[in-house]
Amino acid sequence: MIVVLLFLTAGIISGYFLKDHTNIIKISDKLLSWSIYLLLFLLGISVGSNQEIISNFDKIGFQAIILSIAGVIGSIVIAFFVYKFFFLPKNEK
Amino acid sequence: MKNSIIIIIFFALGITAGRFSLIPEFLLENDLSSYALYLLIFLVGIAVGSDVQSWKILKQEKFLILLVPLTTIAGTLLGVGIVSFFLPEIDLRESLAVGAGFGYYSLSSIIITQIVSPALGVIALLSNITREIITLLFTPIMAKYLGKLAPVTSGGATSMDTTLPIITRYCGKQYAIISVFHGTILTILVPVIVTFILKV
Repeated sequence: MIVVLLFLTAGIISGYFLKDHTNIIKISDKLLSWSIYLLLFLLGISVGSNQEIISNFDKIGFQAIILSIAGVIGSIVIAFFVYKFFFLPKNEK
Repeated sequence: MKNSIIIIIFFALGITAGRFSLIPEFLLENDLSSYALYLLIFLVGIAVGSDVQSWKILKQEKFLILLVPLTTIAGTLLGVGIVSFFLPEIDLRESLAVGAGFGYYSLSSIIITQIVSPALGVIALLSNITREIITLLFTPIMAKYLGKLAPVTSGGATSMDTTLPIITRYCGKQYAIISVFHGTILTILVPVIVTFILKV
């Protein structure tokens, strides 16, 4: 997975130097959307052909929702205190 | 929201194609998804690198603005970490990896599919899509009762794009800048943290 980080870094550096070529950035944004669609399509294929996932889909969906609710609650609870102690006093001045 | 719907449609098409074996064998044998992933990561890099605006904010607000992505990371990992003890089929590491998608469902689900299993990849996909939907639905309430940072942290990596309009609407323009910065940092960190959790 070091390869992933290399591609990410290469992308950021190229993006930085290409930032004034708006047409290239536009094309790469379009490509970005399409490569996400392609990947999700491929993920769909591996899910659809996997019998184990298909027969447990209700259980998987339940776990997914519990995890997202837990992640959001954890975030907003800490955000509440960070906002109260660091952001509010500054804005009131 | 429109993008989420298109993504769900492509995902559903893929499931149908896989379920009824509509894809020729030679396409499945070659590991297309790795190459597509590298392309995706590279393009994400270009999108982040070319948006200088979000990098400039870092200098102005300095330390305070850095607290926001840290809040999201700590809060999310704490939340999914605690709840993993109540989900018998998911261990702590898997739970943290799913949470570390921070709403960036496409990338996190693909990385998790590659490193762990398609089953956990699907959990990551659904869980992180749900995170975006929760943020879109509850931003007005969160902003009112929990303060203006709550919707930003709830949005996770999506606070720079899909949930940005609603955050801007209910938290104000100065939080739009924070929101973009926060989303950018998390977008960069998602592949790093997910991989780190699963490999270390």
